Amino acid sequence: MKRLVVAGYGMVAQRFLEAMRERDTGGGWHVTALAEERRPAYDRVRLTSWFDGEDLDLGGPPPGVDLLLNTPAVAVDRGNRTVNGEIPYDALVLATGSKPFVPPIEGSSLRGVFVYRTIDDLQAIKAYSAGGSVGAVLGGGLLGLEAANALKGLGLSTHVVEFAPRLMPMQVDEGGGAVLRRHIEALGVRVHTGRSCASIAPGLRMGFADGGTLDVDIVVIAAGIRPRDELTDLERGPRGGYLVDETCATEDDAIWAIGECAALHGTCYGLVAPGYAMAEVVADRLTGGHAVMAAPDTSTKLKLLGVDVASFGTPEGEGLDVVVSDQISGVYAKLLLTDDAQRLLGGILVGDASSYPALRACVGGPLPGPPLSILSGQSVAPLKGTAQVCSCHGVSKQDIDSAIAGGCTDVPGLKACTKAGTGCGSCVPLLKQLLVEGGVKLSKALCEHFAYSRQELFDIIRVRGITSFTALIGEFGTGRGCDICKPAVASILASIGNGYILDGEQAALQDTNDHFLANIQRDGTYSVVPRIPGGEITPEKLIVVGEVARDFGLYTKITGGQRIDLFGARVEQLPQIWRRLVDAGFESGHAYGKALRTVKSCVGSTWCRYGVQDSVGLAVELELRYRGLRAPHKVKAAVSGCARECAEARSKDFGVIATEKGWNLYVGGNGGFRPRHADLFLSDVSTDVLVRTIDRFLMYYIRTADRLQRTASWIEAMDGGLEHLRSVIVDDSLGLCEELDTMMARHVSCYEDEWRATLDDPKRLARFVSFVNAPDTPDPDISFGVERGQKVPA
Amino acid sequence: MSVSIRWADVCPIETLQPERGVAALIDGTQVAVFRTFDDSLYAIGNRDPIGRAQVMSRGIVGTRDGAPTVASPLHKQVYDLRTGECLDVPGIRVPTYPVRCTGGLIQVALKALAPASPGGNAAPPGAAP
Repeated sequence: MKRLVVAGYGMVAQRFLEAMRERDTGGGWHVTALAEERRPAYDRVRLTSWFDGEDLDLGGPPPGVDLLLNTPAVAVDRGNRTVNGEIPYDALVLATGSKPFVPPIEGSSLRGVFVYRTIDDLQAIKAYSAGGSVGAVLGGGLLGLEAANALKGLGLSTHVVEFAPRLMPMQVDEGGGAVLRRHIEALGVRVHTGRSCASIAPGLRMGFADGGTLDVDIVVIAAGIRPRDELTDLERGPRGGYLVDETCATEDDAIWAIGECAALHGTCYGLVAPGYAMAEVVADRLTGGHAVMAAPDTSTKLKLLGVDVASFGTPEGEGLDVVVSDQISGVYAKLLLTDDAQRLLGGILVGDASSYPALRACVGGPLPGPPLSILSGQSVAPLKGTAQVCSCHGVSKQDIDSAIAGGCTDVPGLKACTKAGTGCGSCVPLLKQLLVEGGVKLSKALCEHFAYSRQELFDIIRVRGITSFTALIGEFGTGRGCDICKPAVASILASIGNGYILDGEQAALQDTNDHFLANIQRDGTYSVVPRIPGGEITPEKLIVVGEVARDFGLYTKITGGQRIDLFGARVEQLPQIWRRLVDAGFESGHAYGKALRTVKSCVGSTWCRYGVQDSVGLAVELELRYRGLRAPHKVKAAVSGCARECAEARSKDFGVIATEKGWNLYVGGNGGFRPRHADLFLSDVSTDVLVRTIDRFLMYYIRTADRLQRTASWIEAMDGGLEHLRSVIVDDSLGLCEELDTMMARHVSCYEDEWRATLDDPKRLARFVSFVNAPDTPDPDISFGVERGQKVPA
Repeated sequence: MSVSIRWADVCPIETLQPERGVAALIDGTQVAVFRTFDDSLYAIGNRDPIGRAQVMSRGIVGTRDGAPTVASPLHKQVYDLRTGECLDVPGIRVPTYPVRCTGGLIQVALKALAPASPGGNAAPPGAAP
């Protein structure tokens, strides 16, 4: 077996080890990896999110690799082919990465001065900054802004010092830098461009070349990186890095270099994507392949301090440029085209990078439309043909496009033809979009029974005062409904009427979850989720949940929304379970409904030393206010007590983040199939303004969204987007606000717990039987096994 | 020829809400019985052949192109209540059973109906109560 040694164990080395594992199926290589750090490779691209407690682990080395942690490669003997004098190799892959560049400044090694490269660096910064109040970052590039974000998140008043006349000088031009600066200053970060730090005096007084000084508690140097190429005397590139050719081979035919320590034809790339490509090339070559490096793609799209920045192709140089600079909305965009304006060479986007995927795909080719309409976001970003639309069934955009070309004209047609959308169903909105892009005129009809959209039906029901499905379908529809229109109408009736949802004919409209006020599982049993507002629960109530779970033998799991899900309840057990829960003061959690689910929270200022507001208190207030509110789809929310955002509020339909002055409101976030960060909607508002705005946001959503449309795609599909939403619910441009406020006030005053209402009425309890002719016989087909000490479906 | 059919009681007609179903256990077999808006009755197997759980009685009742239907509550495949045929997945069907309402009582028979037996009193599926 041949011996392969990998010097360095960062992201690129990790990818290389995985690629070897995949390709070296015959086990031809024994692999040893040497890591300088004391932990396995982690996601350095997302380094800053370590402060949010995120796990950056990349999964460790593949099986079979000898990993030596805390063991930097320090010597290579090319004659004897050994590393560190004792580890022999037949092939050596250098993946030693970069080191931070520390400019020659007096005082740069003082206590309190840090670099920003490893988790150890971050741990040291976090420990040292505790109790400090002012921090400075040297370097206004990508890394510097990341570091500034981190210092700001640690609660420090933050300064960024950049020698160049603009921020991110390597990525954006002057105009983009100006827009970026406005964004970043608006977040409270002080920006000093065109200034260079000449010295740092003890006690940390920064002295500038222009004579000024700045007293700080901590300095982070993030002035760039340099390749780590001191391990052996192989030929270097002009700016350092082991010189390699398109096969990533160095001049020594047993040594390869990949990632940031490699100078591909003389150029080092400080991005992970080219490093990954190099890892694949070398793994392929070592296993008999003939792969070569393509021209590295240096396009990048990032979010820095919440600001989108993207750069693609060659944005600077000869050619015609189209520049849009909107200082008011904080958007800057530049496209560089060939002199004949026929082909796109590259571009820069700041503040809004939504057109990045489309534009990046067009580099080297013609633009998909007039430049100004693309930059103003009017074109929908086309997906590449190979992009996976349905991940449940592995259906690509090409498959969908050819089905449309073959005559599919609607979503059910696409489902039958390609299976896309028949799994979890979350790609259905994307299927609709592709149908529109494919030139198909989509019917807005809800289903075969109604020629109206959900929004139109909502208005019909509201204006005509219709209270039953029979009346609605008799006058405005055909047939007797289906599993699409019935729950949709049930939801509208519930949103407007605010009454008990299971009386009379309304019961026949409900999906099984709403019908039994519980969540059906794959074996036909149900799960039970009591409401735990804000995730706050007394020990006494927690014990009751545990006792109920134990007494009914329910599988118990903590949910992502900070509550407890009890699985494996048979239909006839639900009333007994809920009797116990209601008696202990619990009420329905509406986990079964298209309704408000939870308002998640972090612990907030009550306990947390970083918290600036009472996030739990607000979360409880909001959850109790909106509990039971029926909506076009489920609604999730969260409140974070400070900018560290431990409640993950920006992944929610509405998220609230505490500030020193009040609350920031974010709307339209989503986890799930198509994750989307919520957009900032209001800043530093009082609780009253916040609650009133959320009231209107939810009611406007309930009135106008499509069936099963989450707030994220509702806003994305809205004409005018976020600005339109703002004009309607903040500026009252449609004169609708009073009505929305009234609707919400009625909801709040009419709320009653559905489970208590059910338990109090024997007629309502009648449906909870296993068999109508044998109510005491459990379904004999339900059986359970045991996994990790709990019962699970057999 | 004549085949004797044994009818089993399910429940009083008023127990079954229009446009919903109930599950019944008859000689160990699980049957889903539905009442549509026009008071027709249908009985099919309670087992969802795709989701493989005894849940069909809890589906939403409706129509497709005029045919009375129920949708599986697990993954929403729609079945024709008259024939048991799955209208979304070709080749899948659930069994159907004779059902009737006599004296205000819904009854289901497990055995298949005999072909046109003179004097027989079995109602075809879909008979009005």
